[in-house]
Amino acid sequence: MSLLKYESQVREPLVDGSKTYHDVTEDICKPVEAAPSRLWWIGFIISVALLLFGVVSLYEEVVYGTGMWNLNKTVGWGWDITNFVWWVGIGHAGTLISAILLLFRQGWRTGVNRAAEAMTIFAVICAGQFPIWHMGRVWMAFFVMPYPNTRGPLWVNFNSPLLWDVFAISTYFTVSLLFWYSGLIPDMATLRDRAKKKWAKLFYGVASFGWTGSTKHWQRHESLSLVLAGLSTPLVLSVHTIVSFDFATSVIPGWHTTIFPPYFVAGAIFSGFAMVQTLMLVTRKVMHLEDYITISHIENMNKVIVLTGSIVGCAYLTELFMAWYSAVKYEQDVFFKYRIAGPYGWSYWLMMTCNVITPQLFWSKKLRRNIAFTFLMSVVVNIGMWFERFVIIVSSLYRDYLPSSWSVYYRPTIWEVGFYLGSFGLFFTCYFLFSKYFPVIAIAEIKHILKKSGESFKEAMDPLEAQTVEEFAHDHVHAH
Amino acid sequence: MSVKKFVVGCFDDEKTLFPAVKSSRKEGYKIHDVYTPFPVHGLDHAMGLRETSLHTAGFIYAITGTTTALSFMSWVFTKDWPMNIGGKPHLPLPAFIPIIFELTVLCAAVGMVLTFCYLSQLAPFVKKDHFHLRATDDLFVMPIEVTEKTNLEEVKAFLQNAGAVEVFEKEAETGWWVGRYDSDKKMFEKEEIVTA
Repeated sequence: MSLLKYESQVREPLVDGSKTYHDVTEDICKPVEAAPSRLWWIGFIISVALLLFGVVSLYEEVVYGTGMWNLNKTVGWGWDITNFVWWVGIGHAGTLISAILLLFRQGWRTGVNRAAEAMTIFAVICAGQFPIWHMGRVWMAFFVMPYPNTRGPLWVNFNSPLLWDVFAISTYFTVSLLFWYSGLIPDMATLRDRAKKKWAKLFYGVASFGWTGSTKHWQRHESLSLVLAGLSTPLVLSVHTIVSFDFATSVIPGWHTTIFPPYFVAGAIFSGFAMVQTLMLVTRKVMHLEDYITISHIENMNKVIVLTGSIVGCAYLTELFMAWYSAVKYEQDVFFKYRIAGPYGWSYWLMMTCNVITPQLFWSKKLRRNIAFTFLMSVVVNIGMWFERFVIIVSSLYRDYLPSSWSVYYRPTIWEVGFYLGSFGLFFTCYFLFSKYFPVIAIAEIKHILKKSGESFKEAMDPLEAQTVEEFAHDHVHAH
Repeated sequence: MSVKKFVVGCFDDEKTLFPAVKSSRKEGYKIHDVYTPFPVHGLDHAMGLRETSLHTAGFIYAITGTTTALSFMSWVFTKDWPMNIGGKPHLPLPAFIPIIFELTVLCAAVGMVLTFCYLSQLAPFVKKDHFHLRATDDLFVMPIEVTEKTNLEEVKAFLQNAGAVEVFEKEAETGWWVGRYDSDKKMFEKEEIVTA
């Protein structure tokens, strides 16, 4: 029996300290059950204030129209679609961690998957706002749904990548939510059974759906998680692929490239992991979860960041090469005159620095395990990834085929910026509520790996590790 | 739904739980269920439960989504409102792939989660009897059903010998009802009207 739980000593423990099952419950439930700290209130109030500013900005846009934004004749997509792609990209890490790493049997996902999935859901909610409000007449947003109507019935265009986006984003949101919540049910039951206050008994009682922990239910739960992971894996890749189709299927120099799908997916994972780092580094410190989100978890995520950052860098260089190799004048001009140089050249070089050059520092193990440096890098990467989308959108649009319509320098109005800040407000308001009222670490999953990968249980394997193969075989191999 | 009587044995380690499950079955005791704080791999086999066919249901939901998306879009573009878009074919299959895929995944995921909740009787405001509050914390709780042939003391002694850290008798409702965890009141019961 014990041998089945054996894991190589070369791997670092996933749970530090000598914990029992009860300690795990205590450690993760305590911050949920305690009163919110002063720091929590400060953060929460700032987030709500930002959210309210976003609401005011949207009010201006809805009442007076999209003219309140500085979009012009050629730059028809500006900050709004940049923000949309940026948030969708961030929303990719959660499902990657919970689905792809589950299929790859990566034990370290258990420490971070719950919060990363929550982050995914909030990021997708934020992302969805941008195309919806960009429609201008937002009260007609339901026109994107294919329903029998009195206009013919005139159906939506199923050939349009913009419609594929509607299906992709809403499916992604629904599936991520179901995946996240089905994993939460057992942990909500843990909180319900510990609850002392009346409201907590009510809230966690309703939220845990009457979970008992029956073996049959766990068996179905495992099957459900596995299949949902299997479904989410191609789904997560499809979503950013489809987002990239918004650009790649158009005939606009700088967008019309076949490498967009893999390039966007790598970029999404890159920025998503950076956002997970930003949140996790703060969460583990404030909620004292350093034993569960260990330095080795952080290092693993940094490895993903340096890998995907290099893929993204490779894609940038491929684009430049293909522009030159294509011998198409328009393509070459967009890359070599309007992106690298020109009035928006600064954003290209900012993107290059943040996404390609600085993440290479993560080849150093020392820096990968440095918390302050990781935090700084996680912010830098997300700035870089925002500028990547800005460069792709604006530098391809601001000079089109007709020089007479070339636009003046595009800079956003306060309401465009306000909308973006508002999405931060929405994101962090959700995250603060989540981190206060929900278990930020998957309690049941940590217990599941505890005896395999907990520090004290790994130490118990030391005498086994010291044995020679012959001794080991003599002790443990039995003729059946 | 019925109220039954149980002898409940609580274990604090999988190492004692597995032999206990095995010997209970050998002794012929009727294990009602084993409640665990996390999925214990192999426990379902040890208890003799059959494999779940939830994934088969998932497959059926998935192909339902696939066929719905494909047939609907084909019908719209060839029969209901054929449109000439630059002389392109009316049935552009490659352009249908993204939506077909998304609907496949959506139907499979939603269908499976609903089936899972239905089979396991999970929903908001569902209330059940719990044998031990620590079954979601650190105890593996095994209730053994009491029948008219059961010798209570024998079962208790058996569980204690098997390494249970806690053994007690409990009468419990085996089904579910609509209720809230902050009050014992059943939501569908009429309140007594007190008249002066």
